[in-house]
Amino acid sequence: MRKLFAPLAAATAIVFVYAIWLIANAPYESTMLLIQKIFYFHVASWVAMYCGIGVCCVASLWALFKRSAAADRWGLAAAELVVVFGLNGLVSGPLWARKAWGFWWTWEPRLTITFLLWLIFVSYLLVRRFGGPGAEKLAAAVGIFGTAVSPFVYVSVNIWRTIHPPTSVVPDMVMNWSKGFGAPFMTSMLAFVLLFVVLLMLRVGLGERQAAVDELYLALEE
Amino acid sequence: MGRTDRTGGIGRMAWGVLFSAILLIGPALAAQPPAGQSEFVPVKELPPSEQLPAAPLLIAAYAFFLVLMIVYVWTVWRRLGKVDADLHALEQRMAKR
Repeated sequence: MRKLFAPLAAATAIVFVYAIWLIANAPYESTMLLIQKIFYFHVASWVAMYCGIGVCCVASLWALFKRSAAADRWGLAAAELVVVFGLNGLVSGPLWARKAWGFWWTWEPRLTITFLLWLIFVSYLLVRRFGGPGAEKLAAAVGIFGTAVSPFVYVSVNIWRTIHPPTSVVPDMVMNWSKGFGAPFMTSMLAFVLLFVVLLMLRVGLGERQAAVDELYLALEE
Repeated sequence: MGRTDRTGGIGRMAWGVLFSAILLIGPALAAQPPAGQSEFVPVKELPPSEQLPAAPLLIAAYAFFLVLMIVYVWTVWRRLGKVDADLHALEQRMAKR
């Protein structure tokens, strides 16, 4: 994994630079004009957050049922990234909304569920930080609970009447590829997924070293 | 005393209410909401004074992401440095035993 880190980090940096160049040269959307360009990082940030939720769920299940310390480290690393990428989405969204909708925030279903989902993963980190012995199991359960909530964010716009557009953004972008919206969108998504993988590797590496320190402490005490 | 005083008191009160009402008419009229527009006005067609510039919001969104990533990587780097120092110290203690 360590051998892969440097080339992957370099590839991520290149894809990010290319994505920003594509976004800068992308055409203006006809109704929202310049502010629509937040979209490329906003949606990609949520995609990275969902990658984190997926990894956290699988790792939490593995940690609970197989009692794997390595899986627990992956779960913690993924949960931390869910909070980081979720925070970016929660900040970039209101900046876009202020111009497009005329207000920073409204308690409509998608925004509310997204905020609650983010708080669930903040609580995961708080449990890990202050939960004491046995906090790993409790946090893993919180991670699985958060994963169970996450589909509601996606389908909320189809179930309830919300201010968000329905779940047609990605198909629309693919359909409008020739108009110049698809390439920056897909490149941004790739850049964020690569960034997620690089940060996950970095954070898991930190967890492995912390585990090595704990083992040495125990060995010294014996 | 009685009746004349009471009449005078009511009169003063009536004048007071009238005077207060006159004083309040001006602010009350000024505080009235503007007449609502009768039809939808697209944001693009609003006068420039009422339009919110998009560039600062867009720059803020991208700048926030950059700062967030720098801060996060810095915190991981700091924690890695601390763990590496602990690891090194513990390995030295183990070697001395």
